[in-house]
Amino acid sequence: MASIPDPSSEPFRLGQLIYDRRYRSMTIQVFAFIMIMAFLWQLGWNTVQNLSALGKDFNFGFLGSRAGYDINQRLIEYSNDSTHGRAAIIGILNTLLVAFLGCILATIIGVIAGVLRLSKNWIVARLMTVYVEGFRNVPLLLWILVIFAVMTEATPQPRDFREGGDASMMLFDSIAITNRGIFIPSPIWGEGSTLLVAVFVASLVAIWAFRRYARKKQEATGQILPVFWVSLTLFFVPSVIFYFILGGPVTLRLPELGGFNFTGGLQVRNSLIALWFALSLYTGAFIAEIVRSGILAVSRGQTEAAYALGLRPNRTMNLVILPQALRVIIPPLISQYLNLTKNSSLAIAVGYMDVRSTLGGITINQTGRELEGMLLLGVFYLVTSLIISGVMNLYNNAVKLKER
Amino acid sequence: MAHSAKSSVSYVRTEMLPEQAPPVSESGLVKWVRENLFSGPLNTILTVLSLLAIYWVVSHVFQWFAYGIWTANSLSECREVRNALYADGRNVACWAVLSERWNQLLFGFYPAEAYWRPVVALIVFFIAVAPVMFNFGGRKLAIFSAVSPFICYWLLWGGSIWGPILTALGFVLAWLAYGQITRKFGALAGIVATILVPLIYWRFGVAPLTGLVDGILPIGIENIQSKDFGGFMLALIIGITGIVLSLPLGILLALGRQSDLFIINKFSVIFIEVIRGVPLIVWLFTASLLLNYFLPPGTNFDLMLRVIIMVTLFAAAYMAEVVRGGLAALPLGQYEGADSLGLDYWQSMRLIILPQALKISIPGIVNTFIGLFKDTTLVVFIGLLDPIGLSNAIRATTEWNGIYWELFIFIGLCFFVFCYAMSRYSQYLERKLATDRH
Repeated sequence: MASIPDPSSEPFRLGQLIYDRRYRSMTIQVFAFIMIMAFLWQLGWNTVQNLSALGKDFNFGFLGSRAGYDINQRLIEYSNDSTHGRAAIIGILNTLLVAFLGCILATIIGVIAGVLRLSKNWIVARLMTVYVEGFRNVPLLLWILVIFAVMTEATPQPRDFREGGDASMMLFDSIAITNRGIFIPSPIWGEGSTLLVAVFVASLVAIWAFRRYARKKQEATGQILPVFWVSLTLFFVPSVIFYFILGGPVTLRLPELGGFNFTGGLQVRNSLIALWFALSLYTGAFIAEIVRSGILAVSRGQTEAAYALGLRPNRTMNLVILPQALRVIIPPLISQYLNLTKNSSLAIAVGYMDVRSTLGGITINQTGRELEGMLLLGVFYLVTSLIISGVMNLYNNAVKLKER
Repeated sequence: MAHSAKSSVSYVRTEMLPEQAPPVSESGLVKWVRENLFSGPLNTILTVLSLLAIYWVVSHVFQWFAYGIWTANSLSECREVRNALYADGRNVACWAVLSERWNQLLFGFYPAEAYWRPVVALIVFFIAVAPVMFNFGGRKLAIFSAVSPFICYWLLWGGSIWGPILTALGFVLAWLAYGQITRKFGALAGIVATILVPLIYWRFGVAPLTGLVDGILPIGIENIQSKDFGGFMLALIIGITGIVLSLPLGILLALGRQSDLFIINKFSVIFIEVIRGVPLIVWLFTASLLLNYFLPPGTNFDLMLRVIIMVTLFAAAYMAEVVRGGLAALPLGQYEGADSLGLDYWQSMRLIILPQALKISIPGIVNTFIGLFKDTTLVVFIGLLDPIGLSNAIRATTEWNGIYWELFIFIGLCFFVFCYAMSRYSQYLERKLATDRH
């Protein structure tokens, strides 16, 4: 009888750590762990040595001291007497602002361009191809600089808006495009405006509730309610009625030409516009490709089956194609949103005061705290990325194919 | 009989009618226009809008573009020439900035008499990648590919020829050590020797040997510092080095992330996520501001080398995710098949898994390459003179103060040509490697 030797009965030899597959993976891991730890320890040790040689310490106290620099673009109160910590928060808000605006505009541009690229219209499809290839194959930084140059070099100066100048304001003298930025009307919140906002929010809630009800009803009885028109009415009518009942609590303050520049109204700076448009157009080109491939990924049989059931083309798109295409589209779309957020750090090219320019730029230069500043900056971007991908993954889980 | 019946009925035609041309609306250009441009109200509106947009762009840009002035020494001279040529005061481009400064945009402050060196280095690079890219040349060219990095380095930076040669000798030593020591002392000692011998040689042997040989037989070309590198050449050097190095590193990281080994897996995940979560520009600032903190006191090395390392690590993390997608897309049967053939881990990866996984991930890999190449423009923020940095420098001179579009168009076209070529190449490669249809 052939006997199979029991491996466990053999005494353990040191060589087994390398030649026996059961132990080798352990050996490799321990070795790798030791090497990585030694590397990290070396980095840490060098840092401590270098810091002490420079006479620096490692603390975040500088966040509480006076910043002493101005930030022209801000969403909350800030002056040069504020702290470095507050300057960092201003920067964070500015980064989030441009990332948020950029994601919305990029999605709109991307979806339109992606759908039009599939259009049967030859000329439109070609134009969209030119747009997509043009933006995808040229660095974002160049587009930011080009759009910034357009905004500052090819737009009229405020003095051209005077009598006899060759520039004029748009939309009933409410918007002025100048080389110092775009001036738009700013709202003045009068008495009763809180109520108006509350009514508006309530109408949004009502729209959401109605859509939910309509879907339930359609699933239960098959009856389709006019969702679009009801939503549109709910969106406008209550707010407009209350606006007049309350006697116009919110008024607009138009920008006016005074001195050398426009006063009043809201100044949207060129740096924000250039960054926003460039990020949106650039990311939009990528999103267009994602949308296109998502729609192409839904097999043609689905469309034909929907037509065979008697669905009209727009219902086919809404009820059959899009829900399936979305599953393909969402994951790469998330990574495009993340890219856009990270690319907003190119704000440095146009002087937009994002978190890299405040915390990672002026604050570091003024306090000499490179290590702490860059660490905080890195942690901010990392946390933002993780949060965006986390939230989007939740949504992705909600729409993805439910299998057994 | 059928034949006689046919002839007897007078109203049946017996000969074929001549073919008629299809109606005008159903053939040729008219049909194409009807179907592709005016097939419905929406399409008609879109066509008209597109035509209007094209007309607007062409009418505004064409004249500016085509009547541009090519010879002048400054922007003001350009305007004088324009006023002399065109009495109507039309706005035209001043391409003279390109004919005047093209060498700076392409080569930075690289000495003019040495322009042939980067050009030859680029040609060497293309010959070296030919075996990989077009399946061309075979074994002899592969040896050339192996030594080409040293040739390119020597051509670009110059100096004594012995430095690169003796450095390359380290790899030969490693190969010899592997062969000899494995035979005498076994596989483990062989691996250890393969790693240690060249390291010791590079650390202690190369510098004195180079000095020695160079003293006996000085062969070399003019040494050029990294700070003189600039323009499109700099973008190409950083981009190509990053591309060549990030692919193997990315594959290793992807394998690490797919690995069963707990520690290796976790370290790969942390590395990839941390690198990907933070923008490249922050990493570049880290390289320029913080690297001195992390290195042993007193060391300092070239900013360009730091940038290349950072760009490579950054691209490698993205590459790892792309390759991981390819690895995950392979059916489990391929892994099991490789195991059942008795292949060990590296054999199965090299022979079965990676060839298929990499083929699947070609579009993603090339997109990462294109992204990396475009990202080289970010080095302008830490003081390297890439094309955009040079365009700022040119605009800062008194002669060309206020010139924007001509420079932007030139830089954009340069990048477009390379990136578009890469994306077309990836489509060619996909078609070439496709095995599922014939």
